[in-house]
Amino acid sequence: MNQDIRRGLLEKIADLHDVPAGAYNIRENGESVRQNTEEITIETKTDKPGINIIVKSGTKNRSVHIPVLITKTGLTEMVYNDFIIGDDCDVLIVAGCGIHNTGDEASAHDGVHSFEIGKNSHVRYIEKHYGEGNGSGERIMNPEMTAHLAEGASMEIESVQIGGIDSTNRKTVITAEEKCEVLLSERLMTDGHQDVVSDTEIILNGADSKARINSRSVAKGNSTQLFYPKLTGNADCFGHVQCDSIIMDDAKIRSIPEICANCVDARLVHEAAIGKIAGDQILKLMTLGLTAEEAEEKILNGLLK
Amino acid sequence: MLRLQNVTFTVPQNEKGGKNTILDDVTLDIEDGSYVVVTGPNGGGKTTLAKVIMGLVKPDSGRIFLDGMDISSLDVTARSEAGISYGFQQPPRFKGITVRDLLSIAAKRKLKKEDACHLLTKVGLCATEYINREVDTSLSGGEVKRIEIATVLARAETSKVLIFDEPEAGIDLWSFHRLTKTFRELHEESNCTIIIISHQERIISQADEVLLIADGKLSLRGKPEDILPSIDDVEEKPCMVEMDK
Repeated sequence: MNQDIRRGLLEKIADLHDVPAGAYNIRENGESVRQNTEEITIETKTDKPGINIIVKSGTKNRSVHIPVLITKTGLTEMVYNDFIIGDDCDVLIVAGCGIHNTGDEASAHDGVHSFEIGKNSHVRYIEKHYGEGNGSGERIMNPEMTAHLAEGASMEIESVQIGGIDSTNRKTVITAEEKCEVLLSERLMTDGHQDVVSDTEIILNGADSKARINSRSVAKGNSTQLFYPKLTGNADCFGHVQCDSIIMDDAKIRSIPEICANCVDARLVHEAAIGKIAGDQILKLMTLGLTAEEAEEKILNGLLK
Repeated sequence: MLRLQNVTFTVPQNEKGGKNTILDDVTLDIEDGSYVVVTGPNGGGKTTLAKVIMGLVKPDSGRIFLDGMDISSLDVTARSEAGISYGFQQPPRFKGITVRDLLSIAAKRKLKKEDACHLLTKVGLCATEYINREVDTSLSGGEVKRIEIATVLARAETSKVLIFDEPEAGIDLWSFHRLTKTFRELHEESNCTIIIISHQERIISQADEVLLIADGKLSLRGKPEDILPSIDDVEEKPCMVEMDK
């Protein structure tokens, strides 16, 4: 793989300039380079493509990087990654996929991620998707994620797709037991003829559990976005869904938040807003010395930050 | 010096035609470094006057000069670069942009925490509570208004003319007291021309000069002590709605 392309993709999807510290598994065109640590073991699955990431109980302030890079046109892969996080852990997991496609065949990566998070553990999971290359072949990513949080566990998910992916169908299901906390932040930008479907469900099964889904997006060109964020409360819990989208050009956005209470003590709220950039926002930033184009960029970057 | 020369601004009256005159052949000079309050009845043209100066609305006719330079054809960005700043009467909100981000854009440099703190203190806000908050709907109207004023203060070092459009609107008594002090200090410590659109006697009384705008015209100008007593004499517009017979 061309080292400049490799470096560029790694920087975009994982903020990496070099090999990361700690445990990692860098998958490049289907081949993996890996490092384990005493506390974190990464092993290849024997029954299907993918890896198991096993974090020992009590592991604190450690990180795992598992970026996927694809530069071969026509390469399509389906990868199953299972994360088994012990009790009382505090770990950062940086995933993400970068596709550089200069050919005329579609390149696709479909990652199926499954998390089992132990009691009182905290996981911060960052997943960035990015595509580039001037070929006519599509860049496709269809990530699926399931997570189960044991009592007292918490999970922060940052999902970012800010450019270059032609088609995405994302499905996420998270189940949380007592005293859990889930914070899911989604940032999306689409342009041209890109299409995104994002289907997210968080199910709060335990008392004193909380969840927030915060989805922000920008749709430009002729792109389409479809959001189905759903929160289900089966206990004394709190949940909040917020979707904010800026629509531009000839784009189309559908946002369909759903809240579902199956317990009298469940408190669930949803908000969704779609709108173009307000003229007075642009004018305000122009009074501060920005051009109209710079103002627009600032507003979009702010929303997607 | 800021000079407006025969500035007229109209808006269409209705679909059938006709025009409503918002600014009617306004000519005025404002001296460098002066502290001027623009006051007058609601709908008299004060905000339009400020927007015409900032370039936010384009007059039908007339010219605007800043230090002898004709800025009439400059857009908002260029007028900002020329040294004009404007605090909106109803400031917009920005999802995802923090108070510190906005102040940094205004100051044209990444503000240190203490710099942002200094600006927020001047508008009566506790920096540690606000600096990393987004300028979105989670802030009250009064909070957004004070942040708006702070964005103009952030530009004081590089601006020639600072315009504040009803800075007192939506602000509590304690913060208002702080603001009047800030405007006074700003006038004492900077060389900027300060133009404040206000209805508040306390702000009016500390100005060098008061301009009374009514019916789109500059109807009076003078020292606060001369103008304040005559405000009662400004004729109220009669209600034009026909009563049911």
